[in-house]
Order: sequence, then structure tokens, then C-alpha cells
Amino acid sequence: MTDYALILISTILVNNIVLVKFLGLCPFMGVSRKLETAIGMGLATTFVLTLSSISSYLINEYLLAPLGIEFLRTISFIFVIAVVVQFTELVVHKTSPILYQVLGIFLPLITTNCAVLGVALLNVQQGHGFLESALYGFGAAIGFSMVLIIFAAMRERIAVADVPVAFQGAAIGLITAGLMSMAFMGFAGLVHV
Amino acid sequence: MLTAILAITLLALILGLVLGFAAIRFKVEGDPIADQIDKILPQTQCGQCSFAGCRPYAEAIAAGEVDINRCPPGGEATIHALADLLEVEFKALDEECGVEKPKMLAVIDEDRCIGCTLCIQACPVDAILGAAKHMHTVIASECTGCELCLPPCPVDCIDMVETKPKPNTWRWPDPAHIDLKLGDQP
Repeated sequence: MTDYALILISTILVNNIVLVKFLGLCPFMGVSRKLETAIGMGLATTFVLTLSSISSYLINEYLLAPLGIEFLRTISFIFVIAVVVQFTELVVHKTSPILYQVLGIFLPLITTNCAVLGVALLNVQQGHGFLESALYGFGAAIGFSMVLIIFAAMRERIAVADVPVAFQGAAIGLITAGLMSMAFMGFAGLVHV
Repeated sequence: MLTAILAITLLALILGLVLGFAAIRFKVEGDPIADQIDKILPQTQCGQCSFAGCRPYAEAIAAGEVDINRCPPGGEATIHALADLLEVEFKALDEECGVEKPKMLAVIDEDRCIGCTLCIQACPVDAILGAAKHMHTVIASECTGCELCLPPCPVDCIDMVETKPKPNTWRWPDPAHIDLKLGDQP
């Protein structure tokens, strides 16, 4: 049980997918201008990441490994992720048209979010079991959503702040992200997983 | 080799079936036609089409009550887009509605403004800011250039100025204005 708790803490704080592993930076910069969009994107990514890490574990364990075709891992994972994203898009379109409009192009772009493929491949690399894979995906997604929301909240305040001309826009955003990343280095050594 | 091909094909087939099922299960009704028309219209809310705003005009077009050529701010581009959407013939702009001109921006001459609030009441998009007996100003990013604030102003302090070209409004300069005399360099 402690193992599972540790996986969650590790993925959310210590090995944060965005600020420590530097995966999934495009949505981190792209969808963080407004708090509402950031929350929506966080929810959609959480759904996709959890579902895709579970299904890629199943595909790897019960299709690729028994047939000895692990060399097709990357392409089949991309298959699965694309399908999960499409599925999420359909569900979001049906259940929340406003969120669908707000997320716009970023929803299909979760397909190319490197965090999603990264988590699926890391699961295989670290030899995680079923529940571990699911928790790893879920934790990474929670970590992603958390920093995305924190970052969006900061950017909303930066937007109205008196920023020097040379730093306006993406520049100050990247500097802020760098400072956040340094702050998250403080969590290193909290747990070893 | 053969197993790999078969396995991936099977995987693709199953995933495709899942998606196909989801597409039917979570089917969304397409945009009603009035929404699509409303999206094409320029949202100036100027009322030159004789309707109160863009949305009522869109609904009237969808109901087939009026022609598609009554929107001067949108100009030919909008009429073409509407003709494509509704699969009808293109028609030239109805001249009793007005003529097409570049997008303008209302600017209040703040020295002359007496703070009467008449323009605030006339503005269809709430782009004018101010209070009674205080100077008013136009929020440039909200102004649609509809000119509805011009008639009510008692001191004529509102001017329409041309907006600076943005990447999506910039056009190649008219060739007629370019000096084409070759070999005539100073």
C-alpha cells in the first residue's frame, strides 16, 4: 500500500512530468493563459493519460510480449493513444460543448503530447504491473494538471502586471516556468522510487 | 513477421470498431443552420441589414425570409461564404443596405466630449466606457466600427478612423498606386 502512495507522491511532486522530466511542455505553455482552460485541459489530459497508460500496459502485456513483437511497441502505443484521444474528444463534445469549444485544437493535440507516450513507455521501462501503471499514469496526470493550473493562475496575474517590453508574452512565461521548475527541485530526495 | 503484421492489423481493427461504436453512441447533433450563419456574419451588430443585430439576421436567413446580400460590413467575402454554406447563387451586395468599406474604429475626441452618455446607449457591443458628465472613451478592441454612435452625439466628437492593418486584414497594395516607371531612378 505504501508503495502505491509513494508512486503517487513521486509522480506528482518529485518526478513531476512537466517540471522535472520536461515532457508535455507544449500544452503547458499553450493552454495556460486562462485558468478555466487550464482546468479543462488538466481534466481531459488526466482522463487520457490514465486510460492510455492502462490500455498500453494491457497491449504490451497481452499482445506484444506473448507474440515476441515488442519492437512494435512505439507504433502500437501511438495507435492506442490516438484512439483514446479520439474517444475523449467524442465524449467531451457530447457531455460539455463549452469545454469542447474552449479546448479547441488542444484536445486532438493531446495525441502528440509527449507526456502521454512518455508515461506509457516509462511504464514498460520500469517494469510496472497493472495497478502500478495505472497509478503512474494517474499520478503523472495529476502532477501535470496541478502545475498547469498553478502556472495558469500565475500567468493570469502576469497578464495584468507591468512587465518590461522585452519580457512580455512567452518570454516571461518561460522564465516563470523555469523558476517553478527550480522550486520543484526542492522535492528531490523526498522519496526514492 | 507475419504474426507482427496480423497482430497490428487486428489491433487496428479492434480499435477502429471501438471508435466507430463511440461515434454512434456519443453522436452530437450538428450545429443548427442559424448558428453556422451567425458564425460567418461579422458580428458588428450594426443593423444595416435592417435587423437588430447579426443573430436575428442569421435566424431570418435560416428561415428563408431574406436574401444573403444585406451585410455591408462583411462584404463580398461574407456573401460568398453564405452562398457556399446555403448552396445558393452569389448575389451582389444590396445597395439599399450600404456599401462595403474597410473596417473603421470609432475614436472619441476627448476634449469635445461633454459626457452625455448618448453614445453609450447607442453602442450595440458596449465598447464605450464613461459616466454622466465624465469624458467617454472607446475600447478599441471591442469596437466593431458600426457607426451607430455617430448620429446620437450632440457635439460630433466621434470620428471614424481606419484601423491599422493586422496580419489577417493586411492586403497587397493596389498596383495602381505603385509607381511603375522603370529606369527612372534619381
